[in-house]
Amino acid sequence: MFGLESATGVDGALLVIGVVLLEAIILYVGYGLLERLVGPTLVDAIGGN
Amino acid sequence: MMELFGVSVALLALFAGFGVLIGLLFGFFGMGGSFLVTPALMVMGYKTDVAVASGLAFVFATSVIATLKHRDLGQVDYKLGVLMIAGTTAGIEVGKIGLHYLQDIGLADTVVSVIYVLLLGGIGVFITYTATKGGDGGGLSPDHDEADGEINADDIPDIAKKIQSYRVPPMMKLRGGIRVSLWMILLVAFATGLLSGFLGVGGGFIRMPALFYLIGVPVPIAVGTDLFEIVFSGGIGSFLYAMDGAVNLSIVVPLLAGSAGGARIGAAATSLVDEDEIKVYFGVMLLLGAIAVALRKIGTFMDIPVLQTVSLVVILGAATLVAGASWSAPSGRSGRSLTPQRA
Repeated sequence: MFGLESATGVDGALLVIGVVLLEAIILYVGYGLLERLVGPTLVDAIGGN
Repeated sequence: MMELFGVSVALLALFAGFGVLIGLLFGFFGMGGSFLVTPALMVMGYKTDVAVASGLAFVFATSVIATLKHRDLGQVDYKLGVLMIAGTTAGIEVGKIGLHYLQDIGLADTVVSVIYVLLLGGIGVFITYTATKGGDGGGLSPDHDEADGEINADDIPDIAKKIQSYRVPPMMKLRGGIRVSLWMILLVAFATGLLSGFLGVGGGFIRMPALFYLIGVPVPIAVGTDLFEIVFSGGIGSFLYAMDGAVNLSIVVPLLAGSAGGARIGAAATSLVDEDEIKVYFGVMLLLGAIAVALRKIGTFMDIPVLQTVSLVVILGAATLVAGASWSAPSGRSGRSLTPQRA
């Protein structure tokens, strides 16, 4: 994926782990914003309110 | 077949969907998702080192997200965390060497499978037993109100009191007013690191109870410190495996995307359902996970290919069962998680 299938060694590992870390931060920020926007509505909907 | 970034869309969707299931469990129970990843990948036919490495990378990423959420709560003992990192790093390296050695002599799959069966089965039996007995999930249900203050002596488990009484210098003073030998901390860290490197799990489902039961760290601090530590142990572990090219991003990226979303939903769902009533489902899911890994192993050993498919159906079905049960469980929240909330 992302052309990193053959990434090995220290540089390759830094690249692969960097991608994973970047995704985690993006997801934290992205889902956090989404939760703030639609969270209360969604919880009410699931709770049947 | 449609592809995205050179990977089949169907495969990405499969992992994203599996990630949502894992995230739901992680968010709902505060544990239980990530250590299903490695056996599931093994059941799907991935090589052991790829399954372990990708599992570790997934654990690393989920702990980053959870730690970011916990950092403002002040529930991290950094001194304890650094000591745990030192012990765990050594444990991971030894675990990795052990796994490679077993791979060289062709026993890695068998040994890892057997340990998984014992771990999943053991924890599954323990949780199911305490749930049906009306217990509290092993005494680890959090009291969020106690936050991170001094621990009450009555709340310290007897084993921890005993261990704290061994005053082998140097003694460390930890948050919560605990004094414990440095060597005991390093021993616990090494043992859990060994499992992390060997099985591709964060080790949190063992380390967090160990911090509480063996060292006597208050539960909220044990959780926060454990998460902080997992960021490093998961990061170091996956980095070491990534140097050999064993981390498969086409597994980790969609799995994480699904799991991060599922964890948010799962965490929100804890305010809507009576968790005590579905603890038993969680225990059963772990037992089914153990059965799935055992079936796969038997299928390979006795050359019965259909058992591989049955195994995959069992492990995915188990996760679906518990996620579904979480939604259908009656309202009437107990206000407690099986273990402290981490996601």
